[in-house]
Amino acid sequence: MANAKLWGLKKSPWVFHVAAASCNNCDIEILDVLTPRWDVERFGIVLVGSPRHADALLITGVLNRKSLPRVLRVYEQTPKPCLVIGVGTCTVHTHMFEPSYNVVGPYDKHIPVDVYIPGCPPKPEAIIIGVVKALQRL
Amino acid sequence: MNVLNIIFAYIVFPGFLFTAVIGLFITWIDRKVTARVQMRVGPPWFQPYADFLKLLLKETMIPEGSSKLLFLLGPLLGLVAMSIFSVMLFSMNFNPQGSFVGDVIVMVYLLALPPIGIIIGGSASKNPLASVGASREMTQYFAYELPFLFAVAIVILKAGGSIKFGDIIIAQQSTGPFLYSVSGVIAAIVILLSIQAKLSFVPFDIPEAEQEIMAGPYIEYSGVALAIFKVSRAMMFFILPLFLISILWGGFASWWAVLKFLLIVVLIVLIKNTNPRLRIDQSLKFFWVGLGTLSIIGLILAFNNL
Repeated sequence: MANAKLWGLKKSPWVFHVAAASCNNCDIEILDVLTPRWDVERFGIVLVGSPRHADALLITGVLNRKSLPRVLRVYEQTPKPCLVIGVGTCTVHTHMFEPSYNVVGPYDKHIPVDVYIPGCPPKPEAIIIGVVKALQRL
Repeated sequence: MNVLNIIFAYIVFPGFLFTAVIGLFITWIDRKVTARVQMRVGPPWFQPYADFLKLLLKETMIPEGSSKLLFLLGPLLGLVAMSIFSVMLFSMNFNPQGSFVGDVIVMVYLLALPPIGIIIGGSASKNPLASVGASREMTQYFAYELPFLFAVAIVILKAGGSIKFGDIIIAQQSTGPFLYSVSGVIAAIVILLSIQAKLSFVPFDIPEAEQEIMAGPYIEYSGVALAIFKVSRAMMFFILPLFLISILWGGFASWWAVLKFLLIVVLIVLIKNTNPRLRIDQSLKFFWVGLGTLSIIGLILAFNNL
């Protein structure tokens, strides 16, 4: 039973795209990954429109006082087990926004992140490798 | 036929299990053809089964403040209706003179149950996008049902006024398929486009328009409930082309039916991939004015044995 669960999760991770106040570059790269050129449907990865359908959350952007409650809400709405993947350097630490009054710190302090994909923005290849590594961690 | 046989027929073959397995495979054909049209490789053959398994083993969430009973009844309604429908379709095709009385009216009503399930589920979700999706689903249902009923009436007229499903198949075996006449072609076009709308595929995917209202009525569904919605959709994708073959193209009790079936499925997928989405009012106008007129012309032709 556990094996079947793991196999299903690994073979069909549906991703939901959470744009938590990013500068849009990471979002555009994520959309690139879903185009026919990279064709992630080969691995069963599909972009879904509702967090209820999602198995993985692709979060972009630096966490601030406005976006923190929204991100937490989306994380709570996602059925477990789910992966959290931070896309872009902003999610690893607070990037160049460190001294800002509005920034509430890195993601690790608030929700469990499985994999970080650094880069500003990361290349589509990097995002695919990141998702593969997140799946291997399961 | 004892009780055990009946239970076997509804649950294993040709009811739920068989239809679900084949139907999920048909959704793979759909995804693969779509991928090839977009010059991609596409998912592997086990993809729909992996999706289904994963959804079965995930957490099922029920939104706070929604009606639990109605929320979970929505997906089940479509699944049960499709299981009964497939049993009727198979038993009538392989044994048209049997004592099993199945008439076309019952089958048309069974086809109405999945949209009703979607409307119930969407309305019970307590989500504005789901409500919009449910109301669009309702409008869409009224739009395609009118020409669909006229097309079924053409078939009934050509079968000599009999609404028994077995009689329709026997009439086709003696005089040749109804498709090979002007009114038959009209009925086939109307039913094909109604199937497109029943499956909510792209020109008519208004209820769940991904770019406007996310997933429409399905937006709050997760886990097992979503899996049941997906599998009843897959069952419809298997059964509706078979329904078209059996009422217009001479039944499917021969191996030629496999080719006919694949032709219809690929045609549906190609229509899906080469058309933009209509607005809900455009869809209503298309079905009532365009296809409605066409099917009434077909009805008049069928009266005159054309």
